[in-house]
Amino acid sequence: MALVTYIPRLIPLMFLTNKSLSPKVKQFLQFIPLTSLSILIVGGILTSSKEMILPTFAGIALAGLISYFKSNLVLSVFTAILASFLIINIF
Amino acid sequence: MKQKEQSPTFKSDIKEGVVSASPVVIGYLPVAIAFGLLAKNTGISFGDTSFFSILVYAGASQFMALDLINAGVSAGSIILATFLLNLRHLMMSASISIKLENIKKIYIPLISYGITDETFSVLSFKEGKLTLPYVLTVNVLSNLSWISGTIIGYLVGEIIPAALQSSLSIGLYAMFAALLFPNLKGNRNILILSAMSALIYAIIYMTRIFSSGWDIIIGIVLSSALGVMIFDKGEEVEKN
Repeated sequence: MALVTYIPRLIPLMFLTNKSLSPKVKQFLQFIPLTSLSILIVGGILTSSKEMILPTFAGIALAGLISYFKSNLVLSVFTAILASFLIINIF
Repeated sequence: MKQKEQSPTFKSDIKEGVVSASPVVIGYLPVAIAFGLLAKNTGISFGDTSFFSILVYAGASQFMALDLINAGVSAGSIILATFLLNLRHLMMSASISIKLENIKKIYIPLISYGITDETFSVLSFKEGKLTLPYVLTVNVLSNLSWISGTIIGYLVGEIIPAALQSSLSIGLYAMFAALLFPNLKGNRNILILSAMSALIYAIIYMTRIFSSGWDIIIGIVLSSALGVMIFDKGEEVEKN
């Protein structure tokens, strides 16, 4: 299990680092963080158990909003955790 | 004898690494604790559980493996399922390779070990090329958090209130959002790209065409590819 997890991480880094790539390929690879993040976020909401949907969504939305205006990662995350904690306890 | 060069930014790289890694470290703890606890309840030994987190180091698939072990699935199927679920890290590694130009190849195996959704997000959104001290700091801290959490969870997991655990783990998703949203500012194409990928994934997920693991990969590949097709070659995506 360790091998099948490790090898997909190793191979691209081993072969692609320091290689010059065509602009389209490079753009594709640069888009991956953006698309993966959106997808992981949506995935997180979609796979939450019923009672967790609201706190999860609220935490994510709050973090997103704060970071949009304030660009402070730790602040955004901390506030999100606090808010979701409160929501979980109140509802 | 070769003198080891220390880059002038060594200390500040490490400091930055610590700052960047902190949301991951905080977020990983509850999830890892939950994993440790769950593993114990599944009847796995302490040693095996620790090795699990040390060797495999991939949150979601570890949980899934526990699920499957519980259901009595064969070892072969578990390995295959793990492979598929973590295949997205292949794409993430490929993506990160662009930012690793200044790092000597010999360190690659070490860095690769630490690529997870969360470290990938942090590393990708760091401006400029990545330096070795920075990457290793982020990876090592995150990894340690994951492993410690697993051990703590196994030993004393029952003590921690569930509400606190849940809200801390939401912190990981909050971190994703906090990394993504600032990049949506002022760049309409990126906004469209993100919205599009979210939509595509939602559709894939709802229609259940693909199994877990594949749906994420297909979503990422599809939306990234569409992005390349739709937007001009000249579009600036990242300041590198």
